[in-house]
Amino acid sequence: MSVLDAKIPEGPIKDKWTNHKNKINLVNPANKRLIDVIVVGTGLAGGSAAASLAEMGYNVKAFCFQDSPRRAHSIAAQGGINAAKNYQNDGDSIYRLFYDTVKGGDYRSREANVYRLAEVSANIIDQCVAQGVPFAREYGGLLDNRSFGGVLVSRTFYAKGQTGQQLLLGAYSAMNRQIGKGKIKMYSRHEMLELVKVDGKARGIIARNLITGELERHSAHAVVIASGGYGNVFYLSTNAMGSNVTAAWRVHKKGAYFANPCYTQIHPTCIPRSGDYQSKLTLMSESLRNDGRIWVPKNLEDVKAIREGRKKPTELSEDERDYYLERRYPAFGNLVPRDVASRAAKERCDAGFGVNGTGEAVYLDFASAIMRYGKEKATVDGEYDASEERIRELGEKVVEAKYGNLFQMYYKIADENPYKTPMMIYPAVHYTMGGVWVDYNLMTTIPGCYAAGEANFSDHGANRLGASALMQGLADGYFVLPYTIGDYLSNDIRTGEIPTNIPEFEEAEKSVKDRLEALVNNKGTKSVDHFHKRLGKVMWNKVGMSRNETGLKEAIAEIQQIREEFYKDVFIPGSMNELNPELEKATRVADFLELGELFAYDALQRTESCGGHFREESAEEDGPQKGEAKRDDENFAYVSAWEWTGDPGKAILHKEELTFNDIELKQRSYK
Amino acid sequence: MKLTLKIWRQKDSNDKGGLKTYPLDNVSEHMSFLEMMDVLNEQLISQGEEPVAFDHDCREGICGSCSMHINGEPHGPDRGVTTCQLHMRKFKDGETIYIEPFRAKGFPVVKDLVVDRSAFDRIQHAGGFVSINTSGNTQDANAIPIPKADADKAFDAATCIGCGACVAACKNASAMLFVSAKVSQFALLPQGKVEAKRRVLHMVEQMDKEGFGNCTNTGACAVECPKEISLENIARMNREFLKASVSGE
Repeated sequence: MSVLDAKIPEGPIKDKWTNHKNKINLVNPANKRLIDVIVVGTGLAGGSAAASLAEMGYNVKAFCFQDSPRRAHSIAAQGGINAAKNYQNDGDSIYRLFYDTVKGGDYRSREANVYRLAEVSANIIDQCVAQGVPFAREYGGLLDNRSFGGVLVSRTFYAKGQTGQQLLLGAYSAMNRQIGKGKIKMYSRHEMLELVKVDGKARGIIARNLITGELERHSAHAVVIASGGYGNVFYLSTNAMGSNVTAAWRVHKKGAYFANPCYTQIHPTCIPRSGDYQSKLTLMSESLRNDGRIWVPKNLEDVKAIREGRKKPTELSEDERDYYLERRYPAFGNLVPRDVASRAAKERCDAGFGVNGTGEAVYLDFASAIMRYGKEKATVDGEYDASEERIRELGEKVVEAKYGNLFQMYYKIADENPYKTPMMIYPAVHYTMGGVWVDYNLMTTIPGCYAAGEANFSDHGANRLGASALMQGLADGYFVLPYTIGDYLSNDIRTGEIPTNIPEFEEAEKSVKDRLEALVNNKGTKSVDHFHKRLGKVMWNKVGMSRNETGLKEAIAEIQQIREEFYKDVFIPGSMNELNPELEKATRVADFLELGELFAYDALQRTESCGGHFREESAEEDGPQKGEAKRDDENFAYVSAWEWTGDPGKAILHKEELTFNDIELKQRSYK
Repeated sequence: MKLTLKIWRQKDSNDKGGLKTYPLDNVSEHMSFLEMMDVLNEQLISQGEEPVAFDHDCREGICGSCSMHINGEPHGPDRGVTTCQLHMRKFKDGETIYIEPFRAKGFPVVKDLVVDRSAFDRIQHAGGFVSINTSGNTQDANAIPIPKADADKAFDAATCIGCGACVAACKNASAMLFVSAKVSQFALLPQGKVEAKRRVLHMVEQMDKEGFGNCTNTGACAVECPKEISLENIARMNREFLKASVSGE
């Protein structure tokens, strides 16, 4: 077993990043013009990295499979972005954000990376405001904040329920400025299908032009993978339809270790599934838990009556409701972290208390928030003797101003008015904390190949706190990678342009061509979706919210079986040399079928429970924490980093030991 | 539900294309419009036929990828939604539904229902930004207070998803609503005011170059806009444009 070098700088944690920046090698402005960098993905991490690198003077080539960089899936993030600004004077600080993130991640993240993230968080807000991002403001004209799960301060900046959109459009505008200047060459509707290595270093990619089907060779001195997460391995998730693991998986197969694949975040507040035709799940922002109260009926008779339509949830008295999060976790209540909230919902539904036809839904109720806000507003407006009806009316307006677009979204999908009746919600796959292993500089185990944003593994441990994904994506892209990549590129100032007519590019292109030809010529009988849905079902049932040894072993065998059938029987209409959405899906699902197996192996070897990874064999047996996840710090305080050897079942496990010098390891209690 | 679909099929940008009829059975009213299209495509694939190509990604109304013209309206009959948020409950059993790509000179058809909207990107390259570099030492985010009303209006304009429904709805294929949304967002914020003149002149120039038509105040764009961007933005852009044209950059 090898020892992974995370290259964490020396010194006290609060000085590490500053010292590191001071000692890092720089590339002079004239030489930056001689250096090319490829960025794959144009979400918050990729978009901000591409813009920043181009501003610094590097020649950037940016790639996205969508028809415009503005459509990357960061656009769909709703709730907000954390920053340790302490504008609310509620005791927030860099240390507290660092502490909350490490604790929220169940002590499975790298301390030094998380501290740096907290350190640069405030700069992100300054940067975005300067770019013209229209964050929500108070009447005094200053920025507003709200609170998110797993923390006791208000540090989340937001733009209604569209924070991701506004931040991404900010990064997109920064990119546009550089595209206009010719410093970024943008390749939309292009998908990276292979990494090219020359002398062991990442030197380029093979990309497919999705309109013409042509395979293109692109060279560079460094390659940045910012292609997002792999939640779609579950088929149903809140990810976009096109979100995929391919870029990350391709670099893994070329030598980059893949870390903690089993760490998946299942988000507690999503709209429940309605039928088999379902193509994706829709998230309702966690910010709703600021004001919404989660409950199921106390009595099974009421559950039955509600399912059969004989009773409405609004007819149940307070006594007949079980606000189970407030009951189990009095300190954090409805604002416990996502993994805890999701498991609690599953626990109630497994016990038979699910409130819809599928038995997989709980209520998220705004009635008391509406009345509370209504009273407040009536007082402010001087309507001291307002009727209950008037108070409700005023309260609905306040709630609409806060969450209007989310309520409208719910109404359009579920066809029910959430102002009048509680929403129904259920957990869904949302984010993957695992990803390509990177060192402190965000470099993978392949020299010159970097990974940023959700595509890497480093900052969220085994569970991510709400509003931290946007923070990490922009921190990596605006403030970390542009510095650290210079240290590597300073050795490349005399290299000159990397030619693409060399055997390494030829071989890589041929391997992609062979792969695509085999798929197109397979002429089986079943669609790509058929296999993807089957894979998703195995993943959800056996590698989902809770896992056990028997289930995981079955899952591994079943995934192998599905993969085998896929290559025998998949049917892809059309040809390689045209816009062919089925072929695009096929290449992505082929990679998911390999990743899924590694994912299950990773979950199998980690016999502890931590964060989003819950092993049924490892739960507290008695005491006040009975039934809660039981972590095993003695044996599992490490990052599992897997090395590809030709078969996902034969991947080699390397361990990066995690040491905690600045935070004491404790059981995560939200009681 | 049982439906008859009349769908525009076009092999590539050079093909003439035409409507083809597809009967579809067993459609649930809870399906989204795109899930209905998935069911059709599964059926076509099982018959060995090529599925209908269409743009889509997030399926929650925010990425702006989906772009169908349904029964003569961009994003179909519902208001304030994209095609992916449109549900089959808005249609009747036995109905015939016409599905075409967005049509405009600035949006050439790529295949079936997929169009090329890169003209929108090029308009943004011309000026849709504030010229500041990433530095980490810009001034504190709260250094300039911004009246809540201005921030809210800027946000409303900034919610444009760049789908192109405004262009597809307009008889002149005008992109004024799209361009004015970005111009307004920045014109309303102190950070955007510095370059306001230059921005509006360059963006409008690029918009004209891309072959989009003029605005004749019909207002179809604002009616069809899934994000309900207001016509007020076009008025603001005209004002900004006039100001900049008279006084120069």
